[in-house]
Amino acid sequence: MQLIKPDINVNFVGWRNKAFLLSGTIILVGLITLFARGGLRMGVDFAGGMLVQVKFDKPTDSAHIRQALHGIVANAFVQQIGSEKDHEYLIRTDTVHEELKSLSVEIANALTKAYGPGQQVLRVEMVGPKVGHDLRQKALQAIFYAFLFIALYISWRFEPKVSSGLTMLAIVGIGIYALNGLDLNAEYMIGGALIVTLALCWFLRLPYALGALLSLVHDILITVGIFALFNKEFTLEVFAALLTLSGYSLNDTIIVYDRIRENRNKDKKQSFGEMINAAINQTLSRTVLTSATVFFVILMLFLLGGTVIHDFCFAMLIGVITGSYSSVFVASPILIAYEDLRKKKSPGAKRAEIASGGARNAGAGREVKIIKEREGKQVQPAVAPEAQIPAEPANGAADRAETIDAPAVNGAAEERKPEAKPPARKPKKQKKQSPRLAGARKSGA
Amino acid sequence: MRAGIILVFLIAGIFCLLPTFVSSSLPGLSTVLPGKIHLGLDLQGGMHLVLEVETNKAIENTADSLAEEIKDALRTKKIGFTEVARTGGWNIEAVLPSNAQVNDFNEALKTGFPMLETTSEQTGAQGTKILLAMSPQELHNLRTRSVQQAIETIRNRIDQFGVREPDIRLAGTDRIMIELPGVKDSQQAISLIGKTAVLEFKLVAQNVTQSQIEDHRLPPGVKLFPMRSSDATSPPSMVALEDKTVLTGDHITDARVEIGGGNSYGQASISLNFDRQGAKMFERITGDNVGRKLAIVLDGVVYSDPVIKDRIPDGRAVIEGAYSDEDAKVLAIALRTGRLPAPVKILEQSTVGPSLGHDSIKDGVMASAIAGLGIVLFMIVYYRMSGVVADLALVMNLILILALMAAVGATLTLPGIAGIALTIGIAVDANVLIYERIREELRFGKTPRAAIDTGYERATITIMDANVTSAIAALVLYEFGTGPVKGFAVTLFFGLAANMFTAIFVTRVIFDYLLTERRVKELSI
Repeated sequence: MQLIKPDINVNFVGWRNKAFLLSGTIILVGLITLFARGGLRMGVDFAGGMLVQVKFDKPTDSAHIRQALHGIVANAFVQQIGSEKDHEYLIRTDTVHEELKSLSVEIANALTKAYGPGQQVLRVEMVGPKVGHDLRQKALQAIFYAFLFIALYISWRFEPKVSSGLTMLAIVGIGIYALNGLDLNAEYMIGGALIVTLALCWFLRLPYALGALLSLVHDILITVGIFALFNKEFTLEVFAALLTLSGYSLNDTIIVYDRIRENRNKDKKQSFGEMINAAINQTLSRTVLTSATVFFVILMLFLLGGTVIHDFCFAMLIGVITGSYSSVFVASPILIAYEDLRKKKSPGAKRAEIASGGARNAGAGREVKIIKEREGKQVQPAVAPEAQIPAEPANGAADRAETIDAPAVNGAAEERKPEAKPPARKPKKQKKQSPRLAGARKSGA
Repeated sequence: MRAGIILVFLIAGIFCLLPTFVSSSLPGLSTVLPGKIHLGLDLQGGMHLVLEVETNKAIENTADSLAEEIKDALRTKKIGFTEVARTGGWNIEAVLPSNAQVNDFNEALKTGFPMLETTSEQTGAQGTKILLAMSPQELHNLRTRSVQQAIETIRNRIDQFGVREPDIRLAGTDRIMIELPGVKDSQQAISLIGKTAVLEFKLVAQNVTQSQIEDHRLPPGVKLFPMRSSDATSPPSMVALEDKTVLTGDHITDARVEIGGGNSYGQASISLNFDRQGAKMFERITGDNVGRKLAIVLDGVVYSDPVIKDRIPDGRAVIEGAYSDEDAKVLAIALRTGRLPAPVKILEQSTVGPSLGHDSIKDGVMASAIAGLGIVLFMIVYYRMSGVVADLALVMNLILILALMAAVGATLTLPGIAGIALTIGIAVDANVLIYERIREELRFGKTPRAAIDTGYERATITIMDANVTSAIAALVLYEFGTGPVKGFAVTLFFGLAANMFTAIFVTRVIFDYLLTERRVKELSI
């Protein structure tokens, strides 16, 4: 049985701007909601407070429960959970007694007074404000370290330069150590560290790590944004789901990256964008199937797994969807966007970046094609699904460009090691002419 | 050979799982078998507590008693002094009549109290003031010791309370994490654990009138203490006691609940036994103060203040008061195990009732089973014979996860069950990757043998990369998480590890067997 045809060829890469816009909109809406609400609705584990889950033996409602608790807890938040017939309610309050006289007992007593005996306290959770604060800080740190280690692993596995990855680790490590001494707010510190890490990915030319990290940030932001939109409680379990997601949502990205890594040494005639789009299409059945299986499992847990893990599963469900989406529409196109930006910044330096793996073996054809793609795009932006991405420029121009560029690149391809080692400095010099030349040809043609 | 490896793993896995599932039915084997999977508090019900020991209080107490000891030493050495007392935090201020006594004072300090350092010394109209401080090292030792003592005391109390497999340990520098599986009455457990249990005997002040108590106009050396009352709504009545403690609970050797003894019919009381020194002191106190009232003060609350009728020589005392049997039991344990070196604060408490835990297991296992079944069926429908192979690997994966957990004595929590279910989803992902690759290779016209070779070779790299990132997340989560979340990280990590083995290695061996031994020409994929 096959759900996705093997010869499927959808122009995902061509949709990337629309996809960026869509992602940007969702993230923005999420962030605006987040700020409008003044942050996430933190669960007791993060905010401090008390949570009591009570099962009543007869139907009641939130208002009655609040009334029964009047005078014991101020601002009790009462919510029915599970199915209607269970009469199960969550009572949440910000009041915390650190003394030994437990508030939960007072609550239970008050309920007994109002309803008679027969209700059961199923669960009590009490967290002091200090612990909640500590946990928030620790959670932010944990998610940052997860990001950092994942970025390192990705750059080790996908980039030819391990040294850059290590440099990044060293800089970020020293930075965090120094910042720790300053005793800053963890929110700012981690935000800063993340930005530094992303910037380092850019400057150290680690596009795969950059793509993976950005798609991770994308997935997390969307999940958090949706939690803000639905005003759902952000608990330790939800946080665990986020962290799990940051590992899992990368699976699909890695499937595509892996194919890009494989393909970049193969077909010399393809442009970079084409190559990436081909990689996405070739792995599409995998991306869809693997996500579908996991999605199904979590959906079952969400529907049948009981109230305790409900929010955990909700976060995972969103995350699995965004994880697959981001691997196709964020992580991979970012490689192209990176390429474009790099070229704008320092014309001709692209070989040291993404194409490097390919350039080491591929040589002239790839080099020129990338230029062609860029030129082509300005003329004719590809939108239609089945359209080929790069518009072919005049044949003559391409041929001539190829012949002109060939000697320099061939030379480089033969001496692989010196080419790969000094990062970007030398190749830049060599290639400085190529766009100009190509441009000249084009105008000439 | 490779089939042998799989067999070894399977047998080892089943061996590890024996104690979990067969449990106590094989008593002889239990010494040989590894540990079993524990159920987390969220599944079996119980209480999780994080306490903070107020170590500052312990240091203040130490400073107080040091001041008393210094006074005693000065008295025995006949060195005159005006006052020695703790001041601001935990420094000790000694006031001497003039600086003539300073040398003697310093000498006495050096021999008797090497842990104290003189920080300042000034002579004024009122005499010479000397400020003493404990060294930072000493303070640090005091803190660690008080937390250690608190853990010991709490452990003793819980042991006597009778909780199966309690887990009590240090968390950080001054926090204590306590897990009590199966505890039903959480409030009672909390009051036992957190009771500071400082027992003091003080004489009731004489010649203090009720109006003086009401106006708080008390003679020096007299303080008011609340009287314990069973009715929590009305404010407690106050008793005026002499501030000086004549005997403390440190001299107690045993404390026992007695029902119906003494004057209180049918009510529980607690009988105390003193050690020899305590008995002597008690005898002297009672002998000297016949006719006066002696108050028994526990944690700053007066429990009873009986009149001393006669000298009590046998070192026994009884605390009476309106107790329920349960209260008396808790109090007796607290007194028997000694006082906490410092008060504790509850930072975190979570209690899960056994019924919720039971429901959680039921729901979690049910959902996981349905999810697993759906996945198994899907694999067979989508990949036919190869799907069956993947499903076999899946079953083995499950066995290995549980076996690994049993082997290290890990705890299964509700998120942990979710983690196992998630692992099922991720485990077939690996096979999906391999099979899709094989299909791709077959489309290029490769023979089954060649397609399988390439498929496994290429997909293995992808699977490894994907699993490693997930494993990184799981490890960070384990480092960070607490309780149930940690359980999730454990199952996820073990699941990923087992997955690398079963989805790649085991299925490969099965395919090789089919191709070589069974000479299958056509791949059912």
